[in-house]
This record gives sequence, C-alpha cells and structure tokens, in this order.
Amino acid sequence: MTAIIELNGVSKSFGGIRALRDVSFTIDQGEIVGLIGPNGAGKTTLVNVMTGVTGATAGQVIFCGANVTAQRPYQAARRGIARTFQVVQPFPRMTVLENVMAGALFGGADREVNVRRAADIAREQLEFTELAALADKPAGSLTIAGRKRLELAKSLAMQPKLLMLDEVNAGLNSTEIDRALALVRKISERGVTILLIEHLMKVILSLAQRVLVLHQGELVAQGDPVAMVNDRRVIEAYLGEKFARRYQEGATGA
Amino acid sequence: MMRLRCSVFAVWILALASTPLWGDNYIVHLAITIAMYSTLAISWNFIGGFAGYPSFATSAFFGLGCYVGALTQRAGLPVSAAWLCATAGVGIFAGLFGLIILRLRGHYFAIASFGLVEVLRLVISSSDSLTGGGDGLNVPLFHGGPDFVARIFLAVMVGIMVIAFAVSILVDRSRLGFGLRCIEQNEDAADMVGIDTTRYKIVAFVLSAMFCGTVGGAYASWTGYIDPTDAFDAIMTIKTPVMCMLGGVGTVLGPVAGSASFLLLEEFFWSHFLAYNRAILGAVIVIIIFFLPGGLLGIADGKGPRASFRRSLGRWLKGGPVAVP
Ligand SMILES: Nc1ncnc2c1ncn2[C@@H]1O[C@H](COP(=O)(O)OP(=O)(O)O)[C@@H](O)[C@H]1O
Ligand SMILES: [Mg+2]
Repeated sequence: MTAIIELNGVSKSFGGIRALRDVSFTIDQGEIVGLIGPNGAGKTTLVNVMTGVTGATAGQVIFCGANVTAQRPYQAARRGIARTFQVVQPFPRMTVLENVMAGALFGGADREVNVRRAADIAREQLEFTELAALADKPAGSLTIAGRKRLELAKSLAMQPKLLMLDEVNAGLNSTEIDRALALVRKISERGVTILLIEHLMKVILSLAQRVLVLHQGELVAQGDPVAMVNDRRVIEAYLGEKFARRYQEGATGA
Repeated sequence: MMRLRCSVFAVWILALASTPLWGDNYIVHLAITIAMYSTLAISWNFIGGFAGYPSFATSAFFGLGCYVGALTQRAGLPVSAAWLCATAGVGIFAGLFGLIILRLRGHYFAIASFGLVEVLRLVISSSDSLTGGGDGLNVPLFHGGPDFVARIFLAVMVGIMVIAFAVSILVDRSRLGFGLRCIEQNEDAADMVGIDTTRYKIVAFVLSAMFCGTVGGAYASWTGYIDPTDAFDAIMTIKTPVMCMLGGVGTVLGPVAGSASFLLLEEFFWSHFLAYNRAILGAVIVIIIFFLPGGLLGIADGKGPRASFRRSLGRWLKGGPVAVP
C-alpha cells in the first residue's frame, strides 16, 4: 500500500481557537477512511487545510509525494484532490449539466479538456449519480438531496484521486442516505480514495475500512471502525466522560 | 442560436456601415457614436457581464487610450501604430492595475474602479508639460473633406466593433468564458473546481480595457482635440454598464442591443425634449433595475415583458428584492 496523502504535525489556529493541534495521519491509495468527531472538532477545518482553502499554522501536507501545504484551492483541484462542501456550493443559475461540466473542464490532473468533451464527461457523471433526468434544470432549483448529489457529480467529473466528502448525508432522509451509501461504494470501486466525514455511525460502520477520531482539534484515536465505536475515548468525545463511564459499565455488566 | 445572433449582428453592422449611402452627415455621426459605444459596452461585458465584477473603469481606459494615441501620434508615429500603442498600453495598464484591485469584491471593486477614472483625470490635468494639462492637446487632423473623414472613422469604429464582437463570441464559447461565468455565480466554488480565479479575472479585465483603448485612440484622431474632462468622462463610465444592463448583461448580443437602443432613445429625447435629456439616463437606470433584470434580450428570450414586469412589480410591492435575474 502506498500513501496518497500524509499529514505531518498539522496545526491550525483561528486567533485564540486552536482548531487543529498537531494532527498526523496517512491515507493509503484506494482506502475509504472515516473521519468522525463531535461538532466543532475541526473536521471541516482539516479538509480546508488539505485543499488549500485555509493555510496551516504549522505542519505539512504531502500529496502523492509532493509537499502541497501552501497550495491554493484551484491547484488542489488540478492535482486531483476534490471535496464536497458541508454547505453545498453550486453555480445556482447554471444548469445541472453545466455545473458538472465545470468540474470536468477545470479540475483533474494534467488534462486539457475542451467544452464539448467536458459535456460528454458531465453526462457520464450525471448518469452515474442518477441525475441525468435533471440535466437541464437550474442547479438552484434542486432539493437538498439533489444538490448533495450534484456536488458529488461535480467532484467526480474532476476525476479525482482523493475525494473528501464533508457530511454528504446531513439533512437527508433514510432512503436518500441508502442511495448515497451505494453511490459512495460505487465511487470507491472506481479506485478513488475517499475520506468520509460523517456523524452517522451506521454509515461509518458500513463503509469505512479505517476511522480517524478528532476531538477538540486533536486526533485522539484511529483504527478499525468497530473497535473505534467501542473505544472509551471515542465514546467520551461524543457523550462526555460521565456518560462514557456509565455506558461502559453497562456494556461490561450485561 | 449562435448563427441567429451572428446574422442579427451582421445586419446591424451593414446598417451602420451603409449610413453614408442613405443618411446625412448627422446620421453618419450618430452611427460612429453607436459603433464607439457598442465597443465600450462589449468590452465592459467581459468583466462586468461574464465575470460579474461591476466595473466603472470604462472612462479610465478610454481616456488613457485618447492620451496614449494623441501623444504617440504627436511624437511622429503613424495613426494606425498610435492606435495599436493605445490598445497595448491600456491593456498592460489594466493588467497591472487588475493585480491590485481584483482582490476586492463587489462594491469595493466598483468604487475602486470608479476612483481610477478620477485619479487619472487629476494626474493628466496636472502633468502640464506632457499632456497640456487642462488646456488639452491637439491631435494631427486627417486630410480631406468632412464627408471623407467621417467615412474613414465610421469604417474604423465599425471595424473595431466587429473585432470586439468576434472576440466576445470566442470568449463566450471557450473555457475562459465558462470559467468567468462560474466566477460570476460562485467564486469560491469556481476556485475549488480548479479555476485560477485571479488569472481569469485579470484576463477579463484586460479584455475589458484593450478595445476601450483602441476606441479612445481613434476618438482622439477623429475629434482632433482632447482634454481631461472630455477623455475621462464620468457620465460615459456610468452609461456603458447601463447600456449592457439595458440589452442583457453577460450575453454576446446584449451590449450591442443595449448601446444601440440607449443611443437611439437618447437621440429621440434630444430632439423632442431637450431639457429632459439628462433625466432619461436616470429613468432608464431605474426601469432596468426594477423591472428588467434580464435586459431587452431577456424579454426576447421568451419570458415575456409582461410576466417579468408583473413578477418584479409583485416583489416590489411586497418589499422584497426586485431585480432577481
Ligand atoms: N474561519 C474560521 N474562523 C474562526 N474560527 C473558525 C473558522 N472555521 C472554523 N473555526 C472554528 O474551528 C473549530 C472547528 O470547526 P470545524 O472545523 O468547522 O468543526 P467541524 O467541521 O468538526 O464541526 C470551531 O471551534 C470553529 O468555531
Ligand atoms: Mg464541519
């Protein structure tokens, strides 16, 4: 297994808030890695640092062997790092097809795609994400689930090596979540490495091969998903120490 | 669709270029003015329309073009070389200035671009030894009778307009145009998708400046005299975006339709209600902002003026935002 991305001692402060503290981990080619942690743990900030949206205060980001710590977002996109936003970011008055074309035209490594070719790629991705029927609708008119799907289609059109999904399931109902789950699995089968930020343990347990746990900006644990979900530190992070003790006592007592 | 647009444009160009055959000097003069403003509007559309950065720098580029053209001609360059210098000089200036001001967004960018007009007028007014200061500059006149000179400048202005239009069609269909439209709609998302937004905006800004420079150089040769107030005209810098809005911002034909209808309307008011002429600019601005967010072409696109008007009026009565394109 070769590492696709590696973080070495990454820290990020906003004024007095230390959103990330000395975070180090690697993700291997082809893995699906889950990233969990309570609200405000620094998950989105971590993705922002990895895509150049915000600069790191300290530490390094290494992507495919190159130091990309100081990259700008468009450079990340061209290197093959794509991400979806927790708060979706469409081009609202463009059609769904045009939104996805933008990903095909500009993102992705070492490609010069013209407008016609981009339309072909975009149509493929719309088929793949089951959005083809909405191709000519303005992006602004989609439902939340549709917009999340569009974010995915747009990112996929960039033909990324690494795809980071920031709470793609938030705000979806359970049928929509099942569809999204199947989609993520299909994307992974195409050979794309995935970092999955997720609150729902069900999603993490069914998709992730490995889990990173972030708490108050620190990487407090990482490992096998089932082990992580039962890990004392993880339960603490989510439920608080007192509840964690009670939960654990209940679990061993039973 | 593209073919239809090009045909409409070609017919309009023929109408402008043939004015000497069927109109008097006054009509030819009007045709030259229309061609000139069309170029300014087509240029503005690159940054203000495609990229969505509301620029008020038109007069700065036009005025700078006037002076670069006039000074190089006075230094002995042939006319066409002087116009090329005006084009290139203004383009380079816009590139350098864009590096600084394109970091600003929205209102801040608009104000900074407007400030550029004022600053350049002051600088040119106070550099007496080079530019003649407030007294202005004489530019070598063309030989030949007034009819002949008018025909020459009609051909020149229409020629520049055709080139600017052709460039805007190319941009519209290219990755550049696509990227600029992404920036217009959501600049952060454009960045995330792989668009080097800073570079794209600078290219758009340079395109929006170059042809203003050419037109400025040609204008200086046409009138034979320029001064800072005429060259750096605050009204022109507002009129140009208004023309684009009237025709339809961000479309290739909008600036052409907008500048033509604006100037014809203005002519009509000049001849019939001289005293109210200035008021029409204000009235047109108000009407567009409130009721025609898509411009005249928005109507032609089949949404219908009545529907669009009624929707806007409804929103206005409810106290919501009116011009939602
Ligand atoms: N741009 C910012 N400016 C200031 N503080 C920020 C900014 N972005 C995030 N933070 C802070 O950093 C911390 C981590 O936030 P975030 O990464 O959004 O958490 P998560 O995605 O895990 O919910 C929070 O305390 C948040 O308030
Ligand atoms: Mg978050």
